[in-house]
Amino acid sequence: MRERLGIFSRLGGPQDLGRGPAFWVAFGIVALGLLVFPLFGSPFYLSNLAVFFIYVPMGLGLGLLWGYGGILSFGQAAFFGISGYVYGVVVQNLSQTPGASLLAVAAAISATVIVAALFGYFVFYGQVSAWIIPLLTLVLSLILETFMAQTAGYQWRVGHVLLGGYNGMTGIPSIQAGPLEFGGASVALYLLTVVGMLLAYLGLRLLVNSHYGYVVVGVRDDVERTRMLGYNVARMQVTVFALAAGLAGLSGVLYVSWGNYINPASMGLYAATVPVIWTAVGGRSSLVAVALSTVALKWLADALAVRGGEYAFLIMGALLLATMLFFPAGIVVALNRLWRRARRLPS
Amino acid sequence: MSSPAERQTLLRAEGLSKAFGGIRAVDGLNLSVAAGELRCLIGPNGAGKSTLFSLLAGIHEPDAGRILFKGEDITYLSPFRRVRKGICLKFQTTRIYRGLTVGENLIIARGKRAGSGANGRLEWALGALGLAGESARPAGELSHSHQQWLEICLALATEPELLLLDEPTAGMTPEETALTADFVIKLSGQGVTILVVEHDMAFVRHIARGVTVLHYGRVFADGTLEEIEANHEVRRIYLGEQ
Repeated sequence: MRERLGIFSRLGGPQDLGRGPAFWVAFGIVALGLLVFPLFGSPFYLSNLAVFFIYVPMGLGLGLLWGYGGILSFGQAAFFGISGYVYGVVVQNLSQTPGASLLAVAAAISATVIVAALFGYFVFYGQVSAWIIPLLTLVLSLILETFMAQTAGYQWRVGHVLLGGYNGMTGIPSIQAGPLEFGGASVALYLLTVVGMLLAYLGLRLLVNSHYGYVVVGVRDDVERTRMLGYNVARMQVTVFALAAGLAGLSGVLYVSWGNYINPASMGLYAATVPVIWTAVGGRSSLVAVALSTVALKWLADALAVRGGEYAFLIMGALLLATMLFFPAGIVVALNRLWRRARRLPS
Repeated sequence: MSSPAERQTLLRAEGLSKAFGGIRAVDGLNLSVAAGELRCLIGPNGAGKSTLFSLLAGIHEPDAGRILFKGEDITYLSPFRRVRKGICLKFQTTRIYRGLTVGENLIIARGKRAGSGANGRLEWALGALGLAGESARPAGELSHSHQQWLEICLALATEPELLLLDEPTAGMTPEETALTADFVIKLSGQGVTILVVEHDMAFVRHIARGVTVLHYGRVFADGTLEEIEANHEVRRIYLGEQ
């Protein structure tokens, strides 16, 4: 009856869709294809794909937090923005220091995790009702957006770096490691986003199939039951919240490295809502579903924006409503169920 | 330092009170449970049995009084810390992780004890309650009685010194009730202190060495099963005799 929780059995564990040799062969082919794509793809495609992949860690973080931990949050955008701004401030202030951008990456993600842990501490140790948390996290994002939007002017600077108000911070240097610069349309950034996405996915897959992951699911399913098995539920929730924020922070620094700018809109209503749409439409109970829908919907939103920006949000909202009505578990998860039913496999 | 008498007392509740609005669910209750004891708490609906359990487990804080466990004041200790000290509750309504398999339920319940090999009692319990071969089965697909038994196993996985069982046989057939009673007796024989809230008098008669009757949030009577059944007032308030 003792369960094996070794690394390989964990990777193939039941807490995600896609198990067995067929899935892992397909996963390997896709991963390899993405890694060798720069040999064939133009810089334009590399840059476009990179910006889709940049958002995957943020989406996966919400998948972990909401789908596995049961905590719906609109705060991923806030943490994405905090990370981007902190990176911008640190990297520009340390511009004469060797390895400044790597220090800035570490500072940005650390600051994001600390802010999230503090916010989470008050929310979860204060036993705030589950239905209030989405509102609080939305307010966090909107307050940060509003605050940063009014930071125009010379008086709003950190060190010698201006925060930039509504226009945001521009001219932020990309991440640099030795001779490699991870900028906009570079192969290096593309590969970094692919590796970041794959590591985030595999790392979370290991996590959700670990003992810790099962307890996270236990907290989602029955807080009181889990507490009565000896777990400090509030601490578990704070750590999951901070981990999800850290993944949003990773997306934030990759985004700034790609575009060399960050502005308050990255924490606005649209930015706060789309991760929830990615997660819900794909299926929040599956990491692979969230990763697929994040890339697909980011592509869709960009395609819609090109053809008429003002309708993009409406169509994304309609997609969310349709998913909630017809595929409440998410489209990818529902398709997987249908496929398994057709092949008469256990769900 | 605790006295020798206190060392033998595993749990002591002193002047425990809890009101919900205007209703005093537990009202100045005193209770002492010795280590290794198997005791049933009985009483009419609303007597305060489940509220007492929720106070002992830390789900609610008392308005007055204190709770001592192994001589230590745990009145305001959080529930998870009480579990770590050795108190575990099986809820009145079955609370297992229905969406997970039996094995996954146990992974959560075992916690860091998983794989240590120290929880032989749990393996015995799973076998005794017919759950040993059900590891891969979704817990929500188990029969009602097996769900109840699984919850008892989840509690045992925390290696409790004091097990609080709130209506462990609710909804069971007579055969299942008898199996549960035999199991509880054997568990008690292994040194686990057990407090049981139960309405099924057949179960109480089967297992009880000591019985405490609660009424209006207080201890109304306390004694052996024979003494309680011979008590005219208990028979009047609880067993319905005129």
